[in-house]
Amino acid sequence: MTSNGAPHTLPTGHARIDHMEMKGIVKRFPGVLAANQVDFDVRTGEVHALLGENGAGKSTLMKILYGMYQPDAGQITIDGKVASIHSPADAIRQGIGMIHQHFMLVPSLTVAENVALGMPSSRAPMLDLDVVSERIVQLAKTYGLQVDPECPVWQLAVGEQQRIEIIKALYRGAALLILDEPTAVLTPQEVDDLFVTLRQMTADGHALIFISHKLHEVLNISDRITVLRDGCVVGSVPAQGATKSGLARMMVGRDVVFQYKRDEVQTGDVLLRVEDLTAQSDRGTPALRAVSFDVHAGEILGLAGVSGNGQRELAQVIFGLRSATGGKVWLGSQDVTNKEPDTLNALGMSYIPEERMLDGVITDFTVAENVILQEHGQAPCSRGRLFLNPRAILQRSSELIRAFDIKTPNANTPIKSLSGGNIQKLILARELRRKPRVLIAAQPTRGVDIGATEYIHQCLLDQRAQGTATLLISEDLDEIMALSDRIAVLYEGTVVGIVDRKDANVEQLGLMMAGVRADAAS
Amino acid sequence: MDLSSFRNPRLYRLIDPLLPLFATLAALLVGAVMLLLMNANPITAYRALYEGAFGSKNAVADTLIKATPLLLVGIGICISFRGGVINVGGEGQMIVGGLAATALALELPETTSPALALLLCLAASFAAGAIWGGIAGALKAYFKVNEILSTIMLNQIAIYWMIYLLNNTLIDPLKAQQASRIPETARLPRQFDLPRIGEWLDTLYKWLGLVGPDDKLWATTLLHLGIVLAVILAIAVYIFLWRTTIGYRIRAVGKNPRASRYAGIRVKRYVVLSLLLSGGLAGLAGGIQVMGVRHRMSAEGGGIAFTGNAGFNGIVAALFGQLHPIGTIPASVLFGALLVGGNKLQRDVQVPSALITVLIGLVIIFVVSSELWRRRRARRRVIVTEAGPPDRPPESQAMEAGR
Repeated sequence: MTSNGAPHTLPTGHARIDHMEMKGIVKRFPGVLAANQVDFDVRTGEVHALLGENGAGKSTLMKILYGMYQPDAGQITIDGKVASIHSPADAIRQGIGMIHQHFMLVPSLTVAENVALGMPSSRAPMLDLDVVSERIVQLAKTYGLQVDPECPVWQLAVGEQQRIEIIKALYRGAALLILDEPTAVLTPQEVDDLFVTLRQMTADGHALIFISHKLHEVLNISDRITVLRDGCVVGSVPAQGATKSGLARMMVGRDVVFQYKRDEVQTGDVLLRVEDLTAQSDRGTPALRAVSFDVHAGEILGLAGVSGNGQRELAQVIFGLRSATGGKVWLGSQDVTNKEPDTLNALGMSYIPEERMLDGVITDFTVAENVILQEHGQAPCSRGRLFLNPRAILQRSSELIRAFDIKTPNANTPIKSLSGGNIQKLILARELRRKPRVLIAAQPTRGVDIGATEYIHQCLLDQRAQGTATLLISEDLDEIMALSDRIAVLYEGTVVGIVDRKDANVEQLGLMMAGVRADAAS
Repeated sequence: MDLSSFRNPRLYRLIDPLLPLFATLAALLVGAVMLLLMNANPITAYRALYEGAFGSKNAVADTLIKATPLLLVGIGICISFRGGVINVGGEGQMIVGGLAATALALELPETTSPALALLLCLAASFAAGAIWGGIAGALKAYFKVNEILSTIMLNQIAIYWMIYLLNNTLIDPLKAQQASRIPETARLPRQFDLPRIGEWLDTLYKWLGLVGPDDKLWATTLLHLGIVLAVILAIAVYIFLWRTTIGYRIRAVGKNPRASRYAGIRVKRYVVLSLLLSGGLAGLAGGIQVMGVRHRMSAEGGGIAFTGNAGFNGIVAALFGQLHPIGTIPASVLFGALLVGGNKLQRDVQVPSALITVLIGLVIIFVVSSELWRRRRARRRVIVTEAGPPDRPPESQAMEAGR
């Protein structure tokens, strides 16, 4: 790209960072070496991807660069000069910005107010929001971002909020931008938009660090790729010529399957039937408008769609967590519309919730206490329904930990100290142990590392082979395509079409996700 | 320089349970400076405080009597706080508990057997407190009324209801004829007095050969059965919270109502239940105050004269005991001791009684800040573990797990 000959200032008016280098970075936490002699660098005009599984040390390294942690050894140089970065404020002053995975925005404030937050006003002590707004519009135009500075942040979709974060960083003069898993929350289209913006930024001389574990995205956007594993650099390769399987092997340390073993399964009776289901969103607007579909025994029905088109509400209504305003849900031959979760549990329905840390587990409880979340009142976990049976609980937990290969010191470890992938495996273990007839899996691998994703996918396929009817809700089209027998697309609360996996292709699904009906899209 | 690599989790594991003790000592140290500024000798003062609380059998008995309502309210607080509801209605719940016990004692026929009479009155006080707490619970669960507001309001209602009843319905008929009209009931019949346990203790001492056959050590004190009941209930609450399915659900709802609902727990019912039980235990504290200490109900001095502020101090005792029913036992004794010893401190050293309130306040500030410090450290450990590789979890997690 344009590292040579470009002006030394960025279009934002701030100075460029030509070369940032981290050398021999060591960070030790009690019992863990989170970064072990890590070298990493990024130059103006390039995207350098940092790839690694959860816990490989990507975030630690970037938190050191952003001043949130201090390294035990090693140094950071910017354009050849040693930089001392003791806080995020230091980092910002030296032109380093970071977009966190979880946005740091105040929902009730407007875009301009969020951007101005913590910045000196040109008219102190009065606010200068009009000046800020003008500058935002200017920045937005430069990078092709659509932004209304007067709009309150809570009204914005996730992708739009991310744009605000980028503008916030640019406003603060970021020449080097760290993007921590920026695509985890975006739809395919939003990812494309983001990549256009990122390319514009590098063309203008920004240096970008892109953290991810999605291989195709990394291959698509980066110039160089560095892979971390267990706090060490496994290798650093140019994106040109790198392959998915090669990178996956570097990340995981072994070969990774991308094609799953799926047996032909004879589908059986309809186990889950949704009929003209309607429901409202949290704000009282219609979220589901007459949704209908069937899921048969031994079948995975993939539900694709752009985030916020009713997927969350649909799962909640089926599982009795949100009331249906019309229509019916049938479990086998039984009408279970608006039944409580405990009834549905008893009838053989399991739910893997989208927000696993909020809905799936109680983070302050131990692994064992989370294992018995539904069944603590039943034998053998309880004696006579009133007293818990610690020995049986421990035994069940150990069984699940072993059977699902959950990485935890023991069953009495607080669950919050497990990695995301292991927590998800525990939820899966808990739900599948009950041998559900119907399984609702919402975003089962979001934010989960490759190894665990592979494992979870295989579990879902095994469950299918055993005759479970699975509704797989996912925003990851690759996942939907890999696992489903049929694919339904949800758009603004209605099913725009259901297609067979054999006949489906990504372009057609993409059109359907934008609201084009199945017959017109094919 | 980052110190985290030098910190030893094992060391903290030893220190953590003793943290409230260190915090108390630090508070007393600051108190000593204040005493010096008031021209009082801190050593004399603290000796007076200690002797007042533990210097004689009577002092110890007094401390334990004061500790009883704190402990009962405190273990109720353990239930409600663990259940995620903040019950600041202990005062009102104690008052309605006391009223229920009193009213029943005045109504029951004299022929009722003493054991049954006691049991009925204690049950009535529990039930009244439970209703008082349960109202706030139902308001929170079904109408989203903030429980802090509703319990405070219910305190006011209880106080004025008490004043009304003791001026009218429940007033001692003899006093009602007097011009002064002291708003209090007659002394309750003797069969409603909680048994004194001094003689039992003496028998135990004699059996152990600690005292001669005619010595009286505890028999002369006013120590009653209440403290024994409270300690037994503390153990029961511990078993309830950590060994029963209902307790598990209360804790689950307290930690994460969303995940609890997803798991099929009827969250609203358990919110009501936490406040119900919490209120019941405070009500029982009120009943025991009547039957063990006052033997009548009086509106003189308002609500505080009856509760001794135990409805609020019990919260402090529970927090001091780290919301653990067993930890609340020594915490209640400590606060009981401060209250009792404070009287002697005031008499001997001639400092204003407000100083004891200041001392208690200092203890609370130090304990709460040390607890915040401990939690921040625990959170830092969690951040650390998130950064660590999942297959080699750091030792500090296991340390936390053992807690």
